[in-house]
Order: sequence, then C-alpha cells, then structure tokens
Amino acid sequence: MEKDIKFFTNGKRIDGRAVDELRNIKIEVGVFKRADGSSYIEWGGNKIYCAVYGPREAYPRFLQKSDRAILKCRYNMASFAVEERKRPGPSRRGVEIGKVTQGALEPALLLENFPKCMVEVNIEVIQADAGTRCAGITAASVALANAGIPMKELVPACAAGKVDDKIVLDLCKEEDNYGQADLPLALLPRRNEFSLLQMDGDLSEEQLEEALDLGRKGCLEVYEIQKEALKKKYVTEDVANE
Amino acid sequence: MSSVLSDIKKEYMISLLKNGKREDGRGLNDMRDLKVDLGIVNKAEGSCFVQIGDTKVIAGVKCETGAPFPDTPNQGVFTTNAELIPMASPDFEAGPPREDAIELARIVDRGIRESGAIDFQKLVIKEGELVRVLFVDIHIMDYNGNLFDAAGIAAIGALYNTKMAVLDEEGKKTEELMPLPMKKIPVPCTYAKIADSILYDPSMEEESVMDSRITATTEDSGRISAMQKGDVGSFKKEEILDIVRRSKVRGDEVRALLKEKFSEMR
Repeated sequence: MEKDIKFFTNGKRIDGRAVDELRNIKIEVGVFKRADGSSYIEWGGNKIYCAVYGPREAYPRFLQKSDRAILKCRYNMASFAVEERKRPGPSRRGVEIGKVTQGALEPALLLENFPKCMVEVNIEVIQADAGTRCAGITAASVALANAGIPMKELVPACAAGKVDDKIVLDLCKEEDNYGQADLPLALLPRRNEFSLLQMDGDLSEEQLEEALDLGRKGCLEVYEIQKEALKKKYVTEDVANE
Repeated sequence: MSSVLSDIKKEYMISLLKNGKREDGRGLNDMRDLKVDLGIVNKAEGSCFVQIGDTKVIAGVKCETGAPFPDTPNQGVFTTNAELIPMASPDFEAGPPREDAIELARIVDRGIRESGAIDFQKLVIKEGELVRVLFVDIHIMDYNGNLFDAAGIAAIGALYNTKMAVLDEEGKKTEELMPLPMKKIPVPCTYAKIADSILYDPSMEEESVMDSRITATTEDSGRISAMQKGDVGSFKKEEILDIVRRSKVRGDEVRALLKEKFSEMR
C-alpha cells in the first residue's frame, strides 16, 4: 500500500494540517421528518446522514430480548460516494462496520429501559473521504440523542494513525491509503474508555500508546462539536441570552 | 395505517376535497415547496438533491465505459437504480430493491430515456465495442409522499450537472471534463386520485388513502414521454387527458426552475 508520497512539508500535512489537528467538522441535528432522530455530518470531504428509528417492537421476534432493547446498526454507502462506482446494496465491509458501530454505541445507551424493542441506526454515506466509520458513529450518537433514546453519554469517534513514522490525528484520504497505520477509535468520555478500537498497519507499543492518547484528544474535540450541535438545536434564544 | 383509521381519514379527506381543499391547505394543483441543489457530491460526476415538502431525495451519476448492448451498437448505455433505504421510512427494509423501488426506478428511467433527453449516439467511443455507461443512482432519504416526481427531478438534475472526463481514442480518461450531451428536460408529474378528485403532488397521507395514481412525464415541447398508472384504481379517459394537460403546465414550471439552476451552474 505504501507509495512514494511526501506526507509532510515544513511540518504540515498534505492538506495543511498539524499532526494533532482535525479536519473541519459540521454537525446538523434533526434533518429528517420521518425518522425519530436524525443528523447530518460533514467531516472533511465526508458527507454522511444518519437516521434513528425506535424504540419499537423488535422483529423478527426471535431477536427480541426480554430484558432490554436490541440495537441494530446499518452502514451503507451510496454508489456515487466514491471515485469508482460502488455496486449498490450490502457489502461485507458495510456489514462489519455496522457491527462495530453497534458495539461502539451500545455501551452508552440505556437499552434496558425498553425490553423486547429495537432501536435502529441507519448510516448513509453520501460522499466518502477517509474516516467514514468514525464520522458515522459520531453522527449516529447525535441522532440517537435527537431521537430521545436515554443515554449515559454521547459517543465521539476519531481515528489516529501513522504516516512517515509520525503519529497523526484524523487521517485524510492519502494518509489512509498510503500511510503506515490506521486506528479508528470511539470514546466514552465520562468513563474514559474506548468503545471502538480497530487497527490495521504497523505500530510499536510506544506508538500505540501515543496514538491512543492523540485519538482520545481528538475524540474529546469531536465531543464538544457534538454537544454544540445539540445545544444549537434545543437551546432557545431566551435561554441562551440569560 | 390500520384500515379503520385510514377509512376515517379518507372520509375526512374526501369531505375536504369536495370543497377543493386539501389537508395541508394546498389547492388541487399545488406542489409543495420544491428545492433543487446541484453538485452536492464531488465524488460523483453529477449529483442533485431534491426536496419536495419534506420528501428528500439525492441522485448521483457515475460514468464508466463498457460494451454496448448487441442490438444498439451505436448507443451508450443508461441505467437507473433507486434504493428505498431504511433511513427514509420505518416501513422500508434493507436488502435488494423490491417491487416499489424497481417501479420507481423504471418510471424515472423511461421518462428520461423516451424523451430523448440524452443523445445516446454521442456516448459511443468505438461503435459496437466501447461506449459510455451511465449509472443514475437515486437515494431516498426522507419519504413523505410523491417519490416519483422527486426522484425524476433529481435524476434529470444530476444528469445536467454531470461533468465527465473526456476520453481519448482508446477510451482512457483524460484530465479534461465535458458535460453530457443533453437535449431535453423531461419532468414527471404525479397525480393521485381520491374518490373523484385528482390532486397533484400527493403527500404521504394522501398516498396512504388514494385509490390510484398516474405519473405523466412531459418534455420541453409539451410532448408526453412516459406515463404510468399505479396502484389498484382506475381512470376515465377525460381524467387521463386532464392529467396530461395539467402535467404540461406544472412540468413547465418545474422546468423553468431547473433551467435557472442549470444556468447558474455554468
């Protein structure tokens, strides 16, 4: 995968960022009428919508759990989201991302409040530009809040990685494709625990520690953006002026 | 909706329609607010976001090359696909396109194909061997009635928005970009029939109680390029002609808005 690319110029990355700098992130809350909760995120060149349905009765029925709701997460990419047209429909990659997304979000939710129900998260990538799973989890957590699903905390996500033997935050496309390691993370900020952890590439133990620290810092910045987006939706002007 | 509830709702709607009124205050010929945004996805060669009321649809165009169909060696290939993704409604499920999605895609496809909107002969790179293959993919994001018009407008918008790579003689992409050879702007207009009333741009509530619907696609000169009756009910000849007449007027209005958007683009 490695290619002869100049990843750093005068200490700046390909897209002009510092090693610990996120791309621009913008989150909108409540973008769809039909869904119980929804959000839209632009993260660098990523454009992702998320819709949440539920809690409602779980089906097929054998999936029901008598003591809690189940969380279904579906990650899908539009055929026109990438350079080469992606065949529409489910892919193995999408199924896996749906599964790790569920694992990342579920620990923050109070699903025990809704036995035999399901909560569905739909993540739709309209434009992909590296880091869609982290952006998707970030958006999904906000959409779950918008749907009024009780939760202990929001879940921000962000990737760290390694390019040119340096640990960097939030890989861009070139860094993702030709870099040395990718470490997507989701954080439960109040518990200070990671609920998404994947890694591919090559890291030493020291580098892993550095990447986890940097990723945590990135997640906390994303967390602030999530909170701001929700406040913007719900705080009325009167309250804001007080 | 349960049948008892929908019966009550239907009677309420019919009583309103007798006075030429609709639940959301529109007249029989009124469209909800239409919003069109072009070029929202940079990775796609062309893209278009369409909002009709609360219905939201995104269409994207991808251009590839491939072999032509044996019976049309001197024409490019054009494929339309629609996905009713679970995001858009609690009733949509994941999986391969079902009946509704296939019908939707085919109505949009016919409207564009049959109107001659695209000059397919200009999509040939080497006759009988290599042609452009166009994919229009339609994503339904928020379903609140009348997907046909939203999807049709989004598809034609995305095609006009398309900038594809100029190809060399072997069919390799060059740096230069060119628009698609577009000639016409077909616009679908969908009408629902509830009792004896025919209303334009049905909302989700109206669709849930309608007896039947017709989508008529007209192009710039006022000619009809495609029609489709859907659902169970039936139409009188006069009703069909009435729908076609009304489609031309409404179609021209939508076309005017699209033309404005297309000219802003250049």
